[in-house]
Amino acid sequence: MNANIYKHEFRTRLKSVVIWSLAVTALLVFYFSFFSVFADQAALMNEMLAKFPPEMRAAFGLDKMDLATVLGFYSFIFLFVQLCLAIQAGNYGFGLVSIEESELTADFLLSKPVSRTQVLTSKLLAALTSLTITNLVVWVSSFAAITLFRGEHEYEPRTLFLLLFSIVIFQLFFLSVGVVVSLLVKRVRSVTPYALGLGFGSYVLSAFSGVLGEVTLELLTPFKHLDAAAIVKQGAYDMPLVLLNVTVTLVSLAVSYGLYIRRDIPAVS
Amino acid sequence: MSIIEVSNLTKYYGKARGIVDVSFSEEEGEIFGFIGPNGAGKSTTIRLLLSLIHPTSGSATVFGKDVVAHGPEIRRDIGYLPSEVYYYEGMKVIDLLKYSASFYDGDCTQRMHELSETMELEMNRRISDLSYGNKKKVGIVQGLLHSPKLLFLDEPTAGLDPLMQRKFFNLIREENARGVTVFFSSHILGEVQRLCTRVGIIREGRIVEISNIRALQQNNYKKVRVTAEGLTSAPFDLPGLTNVQTENGTVNFFFKGDINAVLQKISGIQVTDVTIEEPTLEEIFMHYYE
Repeated sequence: MNANIYKHEFRTRLKSVVIWSLAVTALLVFYFSFFSVFADQAALMNEMLAKFPPEMRAAFGLDKMDLATVLGFYSFIFLFVQLCLAIQAGNYGFGLVSIEESELTADFLLSKPVSRTQVLTSKLLAALTSLTITNLVVWVSSFAAITLFRGEHEYEPRTLFLLLFSIVIFQLFFLSVGVVVSLLVKRVRSVTPYALGLGFGSYVLSAFSGVLGEVTLELLTPFKHLDAAAIVKQGAYDMPLVLLNVTVTLVSLAVSYGLYIRRDIPAVS
Repeated sequence: MSIIEVSNLTKYYGKARGIVDVSFSEEEGEIFGFIGPNGAGKSTTIRLLLSLIHPTSGSATVFGKDVVAHGPEIRRDIGYLPSEVYYYEGMKVIDLLKYSASFYDGDCTQRMHELSETMELEMNRRISDLSYGNKKKVGIVQGLLHSPKLLFLDEPTAGLDPLMQRKFFNLIREENARGVTVFFSSHILGEVQRLCTRVGIIREGRIVEISNIRALQQNNYKKVRVTAEGLTSAPFDLPGLTNVQTENGTVNFFFKGDINAVLQKISGIQVTDVTIEEPTLEEIFMHYYE
């Protein structure tokens, strides 16, 4: 770990962190402010939802949620928070080393007296710090939104903690998969399409797996590994899936180090 | 002691050739010129020595240490000026230089300001606002501010105006006088001749020749063009004359050897125009292959 690289990397991402955090907060607070309306007219709501085709309800996980409860409603919003966090983390992951290469600053950094391992570790820790800031903002705004808008309705704080703790696992998955993919392809010209692809791709997979009830698809996407609706319903993680998720993260990280240490830094062409 | 020792270094990018079987060494305090046309493998060699890329086969040592195994340690005493300079666009010059300095032990602040003053670099401007030449200046200051023992200069003068080029060469000479070893890659023969003591010539990834700059100059061809009324090539019956072309009283040829012999011949003619110039690098290279 090199403190200079860490600081530099963190500063570079600061603006992006602020924007993502504000966006996620706005999303959470705005949608959760509708909770009291939903809860008060729960019967009407459920009646209406029942009229939707079951496939559509499955795609949004609505078959497992009770929108009339605090956490049921929260888990519906949490899905979109997850989508934002996935894109953010994927963005940082794909860009972690590839931006230096496409903007050709890698020569500057790697001709300094630092090892590749130090460079990658510092960059990863800086990205993780940035993601953790957004994570903490989600914690604070979740509690704030729930406290403000839950009215008379009770909820189980333990389950909320479970949901919020899943964020860091979720972020690390997209960060490390982003890094390893960016090192596997020859050159990442633009980061955003990759990040959007990975984020939305996983989300769509999870929606499909809901519609089809397919178990194999469930194994592929972090949106199912850490399915908010299921966590709320069970009050627990689906341990085998969470372990699968963490394993993918760890393998991606290990492979990333291996690839980055041996990597030929492309020259100007 | 050899500062750089390269033995049978080979680099392929997949199937594309980088360099093949390159061997040479550079002694402490030398200014070694590395010349060759674009795409010959000059940058590849430098990037291998900085371990930005990894060799396919062969090995290289810098300061007696293997470049693959001891990269970070070696780079502590290396300054590098790449041929194309790219820096973090959003940063100010001063911040970039401070970032660069932060990687080295010791305080580089004073040297940083000295160099910026010499190169007339405005430190408060944003990198993205700088012209190519000014970015090059940032590169020079950034490469020198930690007082390295070995300098890699990869086509350093591109983009600098003649005045700055002169300042830059003086700077390199000063560094060299302090004992700094310089590895100077270029495709401009003139600047290599001005600065270097020994040169290596690389072509299509292979070293063609390594020689003393003086030896190379003696071997060097001059391009001569003489115009006089009704002139033919007859007066220039000298050994070392090649590529003779006569056209409308103008004689063109390449000459290798003591130029005084040609001058004496010319002085016997009533000429209207004479040019004697360095052949371009390509012309020299062509002769290497004839």
